[in-house]
Amino acid sequence: MDLPELLRLFFSGMWGTLELFFVALIGSFVLGTILAGMRVSPTPVLRIAASTYINVVRNTPLTLVMFFCAFGLPFLDIRFGASSSFNSFIYASIALTAYTACFVAETLKSGIATIPVGQAEAARAVGLTFGQTLGEVILPQAFRTVIPPLGSVIIAMLKNTSIASAFNNRELISAMRNAIELRGDLVIPILFGTALGYLLLALILGRVFDYLERKLVILR
Amino acid sequence: MTAPTEVLFDAPGPKARRNNVILSIVSALVLAGLIAFAIWKFADAGQLEAGKWYPFTFAQIQLVLLKGMLATLKVAVVASLLALVVGVVFALLRLSSRRIISLPGTIVLEFFRGVPVLLLIFAMFLIFGNTIGPFWSVVIGLTLYNGMVLAEIIRAGILAVPKGQKEAAMAIGMRPGQVMSTVLMPQALRAMMPTIIAQIVVLLKDSALGFIVTYQDLLYQVNLIGREYNNLLPTFLVGAVLFIIINMIVAGIARWLEKHLQRKATAHVDAEGLSTATVT
Repeated sequence: MDLPELLRLFFSGMWGTLELFFVALIGSFVLGTILAGMRVSPTPVLRIAASTYINVVRNTPLTLVMFFCAFGLPFLDIRFGASSSFNSFIYASIALTAYTACFVAETLKSGIATIPVGQAEAARAVGLTFGQTLGEVILPQAFRTVIPPLGSVIIAMLKNTSIASAFNNRELISAMRNAIELRGDLVIPILFGTALGYLLLALILGRVFDYLERKLVILR
Repeated sequence: MTAPTEVLFDAPGPKARRNNVILSIVSALVLAGLIAFAIWKFADAGQLEAGKWYPFTFAQIQLVLLKGMLATLKVAVVASLLALVVGVVFALLRLSSRRIISLPGTIVLEFFRGVPVLLLIFAMFLIFGNTIGPFWSVVIGLTLYNGMVLAEIIRAGILAVPKGQKEAAMAIGMRPGQVMSTVLMPQALRAMMPTIIAQIVVLLKDSALGFIVTYQDLLYQVNLIGREYNNLLPTFLVGAVLFIIINMIVAGIARWLEKHLQRKATAHVDAEGLSTATVT
């Protein structure tokens, strides 16, 4: 096991982390937006359902959510593909999406609260329905105002992808553990390399969100 | 929650109310369907039989679960206290006017804040695991990460204390250490208490990670019992409920403190006769 091979292992781990990250990113944005919409909707049942879901899942450790998805779902005979590695990936994505969506929804809700009342009133006055008011007037503005807090939610999610390694998903931490098993003499450099990998990804994400903030944030 | 969201839709008229009722019923049906599907799946896997829940009536199982819960709480409490100490120390390091002290502090802080907690726990476990054991690996890992986050929170709190406080304290002849420990730090800690507790809730949730490095916490026991009696899901649900209740209690304390402290802060400002508009 020499350096190029270690590097290859490292990059395949990095790729696994990125895959999980992007799938969960899209999933949690979609689910989070739906949950936020449900929380402000005129239908009480939807409001209660969304806030119950958010309160329960937000107070559950992600490890527990992952545990349920990775060990509980196969128990219930819910499977998504032939190979077990693909299944593990889907379970990890579901857990991460279900967990992060709560934080996205909460952030969005606080963003909705900052939109001036006049915006919604004007939208209603010109006869837009609730769906139109939310989808075309409120949410686009809410998204733009919450870019900085959304950024920290997403960076936290990047770091949370590491927990999936304990549930048979292939990513950076599991690559690190493999590497340490193969080269026990390089424990500290390998740990540092992994840490730098995460720092690099977090730094890039931070830059992306800074850029988005500069471009999109609404100055009032 | 009140004003800004209610303005999103009109006060319902007769038609809207009817639609609302229909929508309520439809969504209730969909939700009931989802729940029914979950229950059906559970029953299908044979997880709802009374036999699967029977082990929870054994005193020994209850004791093991309780022991796991206590182990998790022990990690959380020790790590919270240590993280507070680390947080105060690093906040002071970063606030130091000497670059030679503040720069290394900043670098160490950014490093530990930027990596996943799990990596820190693993690092402790892999490097020092043989000498310190899983308990301290988890505690130190959690302390390093959350200590750095708390340091940033405390630093923000100290910087947010009005400048006059420091100037007044120095004017009556206090030494810098006294100014910090008797004037600035108490105010910063109090103002930041809700945020600090919110971070401790995060720490509490992360303490569930101990199971990954074979620390015998709640999740570890859940896994063990579940495999022993082949009732993973009932055991999991019991464990999850325990976790959620504890977290909700701590989060509730944070909310209560926030309200409580906010009221005091505004009263204080009023007493001074300053008309600072409350920022909401």
